[in-house]
Amino acid sequence: MAGRNISVSEASRPKLPRHAKLKFDETRQVWVILAPERVLAPDEIAVEVLQLCDGERSVAEMVDHLAAKYAAPREAILTDVIAMLQDLADKGFLTEVREKTP
Amino acid sequence: MSDILTEGKTEAVAPTDGLTVLEQRRSTATSYGIPLAVLAELTHRCPLQCPYCSNPVELDRSGSELTTEEWKKVMTELVELGVLQIHFSGGEPTARKDLVELVQHANDVGLYTNLITSAVLLTKERLAALADAGLCHVQISFQGNEPVVADRVAGLKNSHEKKIQAARWTRELDLPLTVNAVMHRQNLHQLSDIIQMAVDLDADRLEVANVQYYGWALKNRAALMPTIAQIEETSRIVEEAQARLKGVLAIDYVVPDYYALRPKKCMGGWGRQFFNISPAGKVLPCHAAESITGLEFESVRSNHSIAWIWQNSEAFNRYRGTGWMPEPCKSCEFREVDYGGCRCQAFALTGDAGNTDPACTLSPMHERIFKLAETEAAANNNRFLYRNFAGGTLETEGDHGA
Repeated sequence: MAGRNISVSEASRPKLPRHAKLKFDETRQVWVILAPERVLAPDEIAVEVLQLCDGERSVAEMVDHLAAKYAAPREAILTDVIAMLQDLADKGFLTEVREKTP
Repeated sequence: MSDILTEGKTEAVAPTDGLTVLEQRRSTATSYGIPLAVLAELTHRCPLQCPYCSNPVELDRSGSELTTEEWKKVMTELVELGVLQIHFSGGEPTARKDLVELVQHANDVGLYTNLITSAVLLTKERLAALADAGLCHVQISFQGNEPVVADRVAGLKNSHEKKIQAARWTRELDLPLTVNAVMHRQNLHQLSDIIQMAVDLDADRLEVANVQYYGWALKNRAALMPTIAQIEETSRIVEEAQARLKGVLAIDYVVPDYYALRPKKCMGGWGRQFFNISPAGKVLPCHAAESITGLEFESVRSNHSIAWIWQNSEAFNRYRGTGWMPEPCKSCEFREVDYGGCRCQAFALTGDAGNTDPACTLSPMHERIFKLAETEAAANNNRFLYRNFAGGTLETEGDHGA
């Protein structure tokens, strides 16, 4: 079951919900997010982050990966990634897999 | 069905939203874009008789509907043209026996699929088959938050109960759900309860869509037009709910343009982002375009490709861009913000689709239609003319058209 009203943190394992599809648009040669009544055009950094959002990787793991890849300070990347994902979550374009409660 | 593709939403368009960004990158043709989305009206048949139906007053008969194979060919062509999304609508799209097959084909060719439905014909099994076929999103229209008002507006007994059931199945199948609430004078008092209903149904999104007045809704304007007091209250309720439900329920609000100062950017501009295919295969700049007499519309059954029709047909080019505009639009600083508003509304209210939409305060007609709306709302004549193939049936005492 998809989560609602999520607060993105390092421990979150976000993914795109079923109604939001990340896709490369061959005709226009840009990445797009397809959602109900919306077509969003994420920038290159957002696309790279979203491609890591598979519901298994945590935000911490994504940030580690990006910090290593771009040899950039982890703290700065963490702040940017969380802000971007939280914005998408608030708009309903991001969900997270919840741990099953026993 | 909803008027999703035609409405100006009150929320500001995000800088990351669709065409704006795509056009900044100059990845599209210079004067108009590659269409983003298509509204596929599979049929005009519908078990409901809503007095504000967005279908034309002259409905396409079932015998003229495109076949399964014709729709499949259309969808393949749409992808080649660069269309990203298809909205299956009607009439009632689930009245088509081949809907699952059509959704499957759309998914196979790479289209994002949205089902815009009244939901009263759905079974859980059929919904599951649609989910398996790759359906991305379900949008269910509601006429109220309880059966007395809702069934009367729909002109169908037990419709509200069936909708609630179908909405629950939608979420049980983990399909994303938009509740589309079409609002007017006779149900606006239920808005707070409708918002709560959407939350209780675990909807992702709620469209609070004020009726737009052309076609059937224009015939029923006196019975539907809200009062100014209602509109002010509506805006207050929506704004409060948007803040309170952030991250839980996204709420899109479509303002009634009779009470607006600026007209809506109808269809995002004529022939600019969207088009509609009618049950019989006409390619239309918007779903109400056939109400404009004197325009010829090409069919997918003609010798022309859909791409040719989009780029070259007279109907698409007639009101495309800003070159066609008379004053006051011609020299207006907002001409590329709203593209002169809605052509169908201009035609319905002024007799000329090339006039400024009277919803605009700069239109010489604006004052008159605003007063008319006020007068009609105050007169409080609540009798509906129900939508049907016979040209409409007036509501009689107690039958509720059902």
